[in-house]
Amino acid sequence: MMSPAHYLFLSLALFLIGCIGVVTRRNVIVVLMSIELILNAVNINLVLFSRIFGDVAGQVFALFIIADAAAEAAVGLGIIIAFFRNRETVLADEMDLLKW
Amino acid sequence: MLDSFLFYFFAGVAVLSAALMVTRRNVIHCAVFLITTLLATAGIFLQLRAEFLFVTQIILYVGGIMVLFIFVIMLVRLDAPIHQLRFRLQKFVAFLVTLVLGLEVAGILFLARKLPGDGLFITGSASPEKLPPNSEELARSLFSTYLLPFEIASVLLLVAMVGAVVMAKNRKRSDPS
Repeated sequence: MMSPAHYLFLSLALFLIGCIGVVTRRNVIVVLMSIELILNAVNINLVLFSRIFGDVAGQVFALFIIADAAAEAAVGLGIIIAFFRNRETVLADEMDLLKW
Repeated sequence: MLDSFLFYFFAGVAVLSAALMVTRRNVIHCAVFLITTLLATAGIFLQLRAEFLFVTQIILYVGGIMVLFIFVIMLVRLDAPIHQLRFRLQKFVAFLVTLVLGLEVAGILFLARKLPGDGLFITGSASPEKLPPNSEELARSLFSTYLLPFEIASVLLLVAMVGAVVMAKNRKRSDPS
């Protein structure tokens, strides 16, 4: 396998791209997809260290993170559908119900 | 040789399609590029000898979560008029903050060898003689050591399912009035 630093920098790159997506995109669906990308980048790290130390705990945690991402996506998309039904928009700029 | 070729191939595909994902205007294109990224990450998992996670990533992420995303994209009307950005500096500030974060973490990784003791173990090559964890060990660990978190995860998924149904239900139609 390659040296661990390669994987760490790959994971860092994916994480940063996900961060840029969360902060700059106005469409809430794309923001949710960027969050999935961030969680995925974290999984690479967990699997990498699981491989290095020969311990399956990292892979178990990665499994839990995948389950968590599934739950988060389901609830988030449900919220988006409910919001779209009320306000007819999915743009983050238009979501200002709590703005006084 | 083959190892490094596979790593650079999967990493290149992952990073390139992730970058395309956050920059494309069309949301369906974003979803497709995210699927490509997730598949490339699955390849990285396989290279790290995490076979079970490789399969789980493809079945659960690409087959489950992304289909859900595409359903919602189809359900929601996206051709609403795009207004001007209200906060024009947003992109600049976002890139600045992300750049600072990236430099910070990259600096830590670069300096990791100089830490006291042996330093972080990231620059040397991993020892290949260690037994690679396989699916059987993963299952044994999941159902013995991590049994309670496993059950809690199932409860979490149940709660999320009920929550998603309640959120997306049409309340107006169910009103008796």
